[in-house]
Amino acid sequence: MRANYKVELASGIFLLLGIAALVWLATRATDYGQDIGKDTYTISARFSNIGDLRDRSPVKIGGVTVGLVESIELDTVSFEAIVNMSIARQFNEIPTDTGASILTSGVLGDRYVGLEPGGAPDFLADGDELFITQSALVLEQVIGKYLFNAGDGNKSQDKESE
Amino acid sequence: MANGNPTLPALLGPVQSAGQCLLFLLRMLAGIRPRLDLIQSTLQQTYLIGARSLVIIMICGFFVGMVLSLQAINALEQFGASDQVSLLVGKSLFRELGPVLTALLFAGRAGTSITAEIGLMRATSQIDAMQLMAIDPVQRVALPRFLAGLISVPLLTAMFNALAILGSVIFAVGVAGLDGGIFWTKLQTGVYFGKDFIGGVWKSLVFGGIVSLIAVYFGYTSKPTGAGVGTATTNTVVLSSVLILIFDFILTSFFV
Repeated sequence: MRANYKVELASGIFLLLGIAALVWLATRATDYGQDIGKDTYTISARFSNIGDLRDRSPVKIGGVTVGLVESIELDTVSFEAIVNMSIARQFNEIPTDTGASILTSGVLGDRYVGLEPGGAPDFLADGDELFITQSALVLEQVIGKYLFNAGDGNKSQDKESE
Repeated sequence: MANGNPTLPALLGPVQSAGQCLLFLLRMLAGIRPRLDLIQSTLQQTYLIGARSLVIIMICGFFVGMVLSLQAINALEQFGASDQVSLLVGKSLFRELGPVLTALLFAGRAGTSITAEIGLMRATSQIDAMQLMAIDPVQRVALPRFLAGLISVPLLTAMFNALAILGSVIFAVGVAGLDGGIFWTKLQTGVYFGKDFIGGVWKSLVFGGIVSLIAVYFGYTSKPTGAGVGTATTNTVVLSSVLILIFDFILTSFFV
């Protein structure tokens, strides 16, 4: 039994090491635990174009992550994208007239939702909707518009302002 | 089986062995009981084939991580995107390289030794002796080794990945001079727990099952001669390597 004891100890150490490696990898090298915690409230916003925003994209105020995109759905009547975001409860003093825009981190970076706090005295609560929104800048459209404007002079600018 | 048409048996041969292999697996699984001696012998085999493979897995993982980040930095530098190196290393490791390379190494390091050991037991009539003593050799010899392989491969894959990440950090941050904070942040925001990490764990579990089943089966069915054991060992390595790569494609395209 003495010889077996050593073997069993060694295999026990092996099992522990393996599980420790699994846990270390999961928590340190993946997005596990990057959550914003369980204590959140949900707000939504409508955009005409969300670009390539995805579930779990960050929601930021002034560059600091305050929440995550929880789900994205399409309004089947108005064909707008409804983005539901969960915001950590500790940021519960965001004014109701806050604007939301879809931005890109860096030139080729990931999309995120940027919140621009307004000055209203009331704060957003669970289930509220943001009304001031700005859609994602789609590079092809921007270039297309630029070319169109350059060729067409003032006429297209009138169209823009409509 | 050999009737009239000579090509038919040649075609049916592999199908028949696949069926035999499946029946062998069912026969093993049918005998799983939470008995103390099964747990003990599984632990012992986990030590022999798992813990003893640890060093080679760790060394290989470390150098795979280093060379991955070396190549990735070379390629990404052209776009000024060498900050993304940890994302590339992490994703390719968790999804593909970790499970596949670990399973291939495991087939070479442990699969062969399982086949040779059981084959030699067959050649020296130890298996026949067990049957004479009314001990089921499938339960006694094959099952603990199969279970130990099934447990070991995912854990070894985790060690492989951990050391590869470590090697990648050492190269990218220490040698190439990238920023350590960016390295970890990219890893923690870009590599997904559900898709990349858990997908890789499932893969390694399947690979562990494939390699151990093949090793045990070929050992058990090897011809009781020196040459027979040699052939069985070769077959183990060849077939498990091929099956790992085939199943890697199947699993990736349908499940992960």
